[in-house]
Amino acid sequence: MTIKEVETQITDEFSAFDDWLDKYTLIVEMGKSLPMIDPGFKTDQYMISGCQSKVWLKAEYKNGQIFFTADSDAIITKGIVNLLIRILSGRSPDEIIQADLGFIDRIGLREHLSPTRSNGLSSMIKQMKLYALVFKTKEEGLK
Amino acid sequence: MNFPIDQIRQEFPILDQQIYNQPLVYFDNAASTQKPMQVIEAIKKYYEHDNCNIHRGIHYLSVKATEGYEETRQIVRDFINAANSREIIFTKGTTESLNLIASSYGKRFLNSGDEIITTIMEHHSNFVPWQQFCLEHGTIFRVVTLNDKGELNLEELKKMISEKTKLITLTHVSNVLGTINPVKEIISYAHRYDIPVLIDGAQGVSHMPVDVQDMDCDFYCFSGHKMYAPMGIGVLYGKEKFLEEMPPYQLGGEMIKDVYLDHTTFNELPFKYEAGTPNVEGVMGLRAAIQYLNKLEMRNIVEYEKGLLEYAVNKLNGIEGIRFFGTSKNKASLVSFLIGDIHPYDAGTIIDKMGIAVRTGHHCAMPLMDYLKVPGTVRASFAFYNTVEEIDRLAEAIILIKKIFQTRKT
Repeated sequence: MTIKEVETQITDEFSAFDDWLDKYTLIVEMGKSLPMIDPGFKTDQYMISGCQSKVWLKAEYKNGQIFFTADSDAIITKGIVNLLIRILSGRSPDEIIQADLGFIDRIGLREHLSPTRSNGLSSMIKQMKLYALVFKTKEEGLK
Repeated sequence: MNFPIDQIRQEFPILDQQIYNQPLVYFDNAASTQKPMQVIEAIKKYYEHDNCNIHRGIHYLSVKATEGYEETRQIVRDFINAANSREIIFTKGTTESLNLIASSYGKRFLNSGDEIITTIMEHHSNFVPWQQFCLEHGTIFRVVTLNDKGELNLEELKKMISEKTKLITLTHVSNVLGTINPVKEIISYAHRYDIPVLIDGAQGVSHMPVDVQDMDCDFYCFSGHKMYAPMGIGVLYGKEKFLEEMPPYQLGGEMIKDVYLDHTTFNELPFKYEAGTPNVEGVMGLRAAIQYLNKLEMRNIVEYEKGLLEYAVNKLNGIEGIRFFGTSKNKASLVSFLIGDIHPYDAGTIIDKMGIAVRTGHHCAMPLMDYLKVPGTVRASFAFYNTVEEIDRLAEAIILIKKIFQTRKT
């Protein structure tokens, strides 16, 4: 599936709920679902510190694709982290760099990505794109 | 007195609105209070009729604006019962007042090896300026800790005092715990050893009568916007003997007496510390806010807010799993809490969706959060326009949060 297709899939999953409470319950479920990073990587080195919540992010580059694992200390943040990983992990650097992530707006969670919200998410997206740029540059350097 | 809550709420236009289709509940008063019509009108009137740069001018408007500004200094003096209006300096807010003292008092009175005592419950604005001054000048920075109610360890503070101590700086009321510190006792003890005491009154003035002469503090700082006045205006009270001795903080217009090619002489108090065009609009708003508080009478405000706090503590205490931070008997009207181990960001997000404004996070007191070993707290801080019905809505929100985050745990 392309990024766009996964975005549409997520938008559909959320469109089943009109009520904010149901949407947040779904996000919370996604946040509780799994440990998304090896606990050994929950260190300062991998931490993106927001004023409100923290995010840990690790990236690995294999066969032209970037695989992300991440976690957060807040469950709502973690739920959104989960969505971002579902969309961006296992993609090529170019796909990640070009992703506009408009689905967040469509499912009504845009406020959580605002830098002023300071939960680590907007910095996390920046960091994911930066990883993509770095892996892409490295690869082109090798050619 | 029967507190005229309905009339008061009508005087705060911002309260009459819907957030996410529910009536707004504003419980973020420790961050900033809302403004009554009287304050909003005063600013409007100033710009419609009296706006002009103050001092220096000899024309009608300048004289009128100057009079309004200087009368307000007198009103502030009366409000905190300072000995004279030369001791009242207008600043941008508590942060600027504290930075001014750290810089000017520091330059004049603090040397390498001297000690400053502060507390672990300080807001960053009464912590970082001193910490940085100490790092730069080799002054030693000592920090008093708390007991499990969130009260200062007074014995620890007393033991820290030595002949090297040159200043004690602490908050009147903790912005996180609500603890009202026994400032009068601390000041009287410190003065036995001739140690001046600075009080950060940002969370104090709006909740209780303040008499700086009775308290005998050497400095007292507060912000307009936390006491129903506009943002960008604040006050530094300092005893004349210190303000006279300390060098100016910022240089420029207004604060000079004579300027020559090779040197400058400085203006007298209070103008020495008010460089540049001041926030006259803010001063006019502050004046209206103080007049508003005086009309309500601080003792009535204290009584009403005490009722709100008691109601909130009882109501929220009934919810299983709630953990309060700050349980002193001497407490201003705020509650800081966590619900089980639910992250404050998660709790705050749901509370917001219920139309309730609370603050979550570290509340600009990261050393205190580390000390309490929490990532942050949820803080509901009350003002005299809040009601017990609003507290009921907060309790409902907390019960909902428990349902979302705890019972559905996999």
